Amino acid sequence: MTVPDAPTSSPPTDETTQQWSRLDPRMIAVHPIRQLVGLLPVLAIVLITGRNSVFQISAAVGLVVALLVFGALRWYTTRYRVTAERVELRSGLLNRQQRSVRRDRVRTVDITAGPVHRVFGLSVVQLGTGSTQPGQLSSLSLDAVPAAEAERLRLSLLDRSTLDAAAPSTQDRPDAPQGEVIAGMRWSWLRYAPLTTSGLVAVGALVGFGLNLANELGLAPTDIGAVQRAGEELSGVSPTLAIAMIVATVLLVGVTGSLLIYTEGWWGYRLTREPDGTLLVRRGLLTTRALSVEEKRLRGAEVSETILLRAGRGGRASAVTTGLSARSSGGALLPPAPRQEAHRVAGAALRTDPRHATAAPLTRHPAAALTRRLTRALLPAALLVALAWLLHVLFPTRWPAGLWPVGLVLLPIAVLLAIDRYRNLGHALTANHVVTRAGSLLRRTVALQRDGIIGWRVRQSAFQRRVGLVTLDAITAAGAGHYPAVDVSFARAVELVGEVSPGLLPPQT
Amino acid sequence: MIAGNQWLVPAVVATVVLGTAYVVVMPRLRYQVHRWEASPEAVYTLSGWLSREWRVAPLSRIQTIDTQRGPLQQLLRLATVTITTASAAGPLKIDGLDAEDAAELARDLTEATNRAPGDAT
Repeated sequence: MTVPDAPTSSPPTDETTQQWSRLDPRMIAVHPIRQLVGLLPVLAIVLITGRNSVFQISAAVGLVVALLVFGALRWYTTRYRVTAERVELRSGLLNRQQRSVRRDRVRTVDITAGPVHRVFGLSVVQLGTGSTQPGQLSSLSLDAVPAAEAERLRLSLLDRSTLDAAAPSTQDRPDAPQGEVIAGMRWSWLRYAPLTTSGLVAVGALVGFGLNLANELGLAPTDIGAVQRAGEELSGVSPTLAIAMIVATVLLVGVTGSLLIYTEGWWGYRLTREPDGTLLVRRGLLTTRALSVEEKRLRGAEVSETILLRAGRGGRASAVTTGLSARSSGGALLPPAPRQEAHRVAGAALRTDPRHATAAPLTRHPAAALTRRLTRALLPAALLVALAWLLHVLFPTRWPAGLWPVGLVLLPIAVLLAIDRYRNLGHALTANHVVTRAGSLLRRTVALQRDGIIGWRVRQSAFQRRVGLVTLDAITAAGAGHYPAVDVSFARAVELVGEVSPGLLPPQT
Repeated sequence: MIAGNQWLVPAVVATVVLGTAYVVVMPRLRYQVHRWEASPEAVYTLSGWLSREWRVAPLSRIQTIDTQRGPLQQLLRLATVTITTASAAGPLKIDGLDAEDAAELARDLTEATNRAPGDAT
């Protein structure tokens, strides 16, 4: 039994007049080029290690031809059309697919153009519907259309007024009515880049890839002259100095990497409120991105701080909205920036004072929550120490005696972590928002619109029951789907539900 | 260090003891805990045995209502009612309802949600 969708008064005339169109023919070149770039290491291996030159060349040529044919087929078999009601995409040669989303279900439009796409003047358009139901598409991607067509789609798909008009009229408008700028790039924010770990992660991935490739080619790292010389130099100095030099190198590479990634990702960043009722985030140096979020579907905003960012008084701001999955960084409204700026942008996105949203003064949770934080941090640490000790007693030959005293270092760290986790717990009820905060290594403050809450969940584990605490989840259609207030008292949870959703509590509880 | 049959007997004994305890205790606790209610405004559920979970979904936010009956449930004339909302946090489930009660509940809820305006997000 399904509650039917709103009655569809489908005007069939429009459906039939709208033409199916192909994606841009330049995609015949773009896909093979992108795949070739990905295959370069393989090609290099074939060309370097193979003995039979005729075989090598014919294999390489065959690969290129296959990619070209595949790209052409993909372009030939893919068509899309935008009608007054739906966006439809047909694709596949043997396994034909037809995918379609209703226009009034489109919540976000994400336009991305990587370097190869940009050389050809193309953009990928991704439409997010935020549907979590089976059988309904959560997103649909057009890869790729000309950049101008992508802009036109962005303007028309989130513009509800064109639904009533017979045809999309945005094309006739005077080009680009200017939106109100909420935030723009400030290069002094670059100081927050080293506080993100993206650089180290990327460099680590590159090094791993390089080592793997060298391994495939039958090279040991020591075969490379520079590496060998560095190794010899290092073995000449004292171990302390060697370690210091290695740490310095890793730090230097990590910082450089994160600066580069920050610059690439946030070059030309601008957050604007567009006249058509959307928030628009533009950014990117090599790969350009333009994310449009329908403001009516914005359910809240989040300020998140990793422990490193927190140490530097920095933070990130992102949107809580339908049409964006929670894990994707797609909802980012701001690069890592000063915390105050993150709160300001989060507040501005929600059209409210930050002190009534993510920067609201929070109510601290009961003291029993601190006990729970301490137990949960200390118990695993203590167990590890006990295990190390037990293993040493049982198998003294294999497990050194020094292991468990070293493990004791974990205990004070666990205590500090637990105290910080407790201090960060908090919640508040403001005029239009429910604000919750939790976490230590990653502290997240979420302001959720009261109207955006579509239900409640109260969870209580056996341990929580002993001390009268519960975890109260505000359920929403947006973002992660539920936003918890961890370890509030049962009475407070009931009070919060009653205040936000009057009439929802059954009389007996 | 795993030396053949030395561990087998304790493992089997532990499994049997724990398994029996689980089968005896868990269903009783669950039956004591589980509750549901449908008011003119919302649907409420309470479930769990060691941990508890209350759920509230206002009727205006309900998207679909399904009833399911597995083979065992058909034999015992029971049914499960699943109530989904637009959230990724998962549906409300009422397990082991009397089949007729379940059908009536699903009918009532469908009617009530059809009357409620909006697209439930």
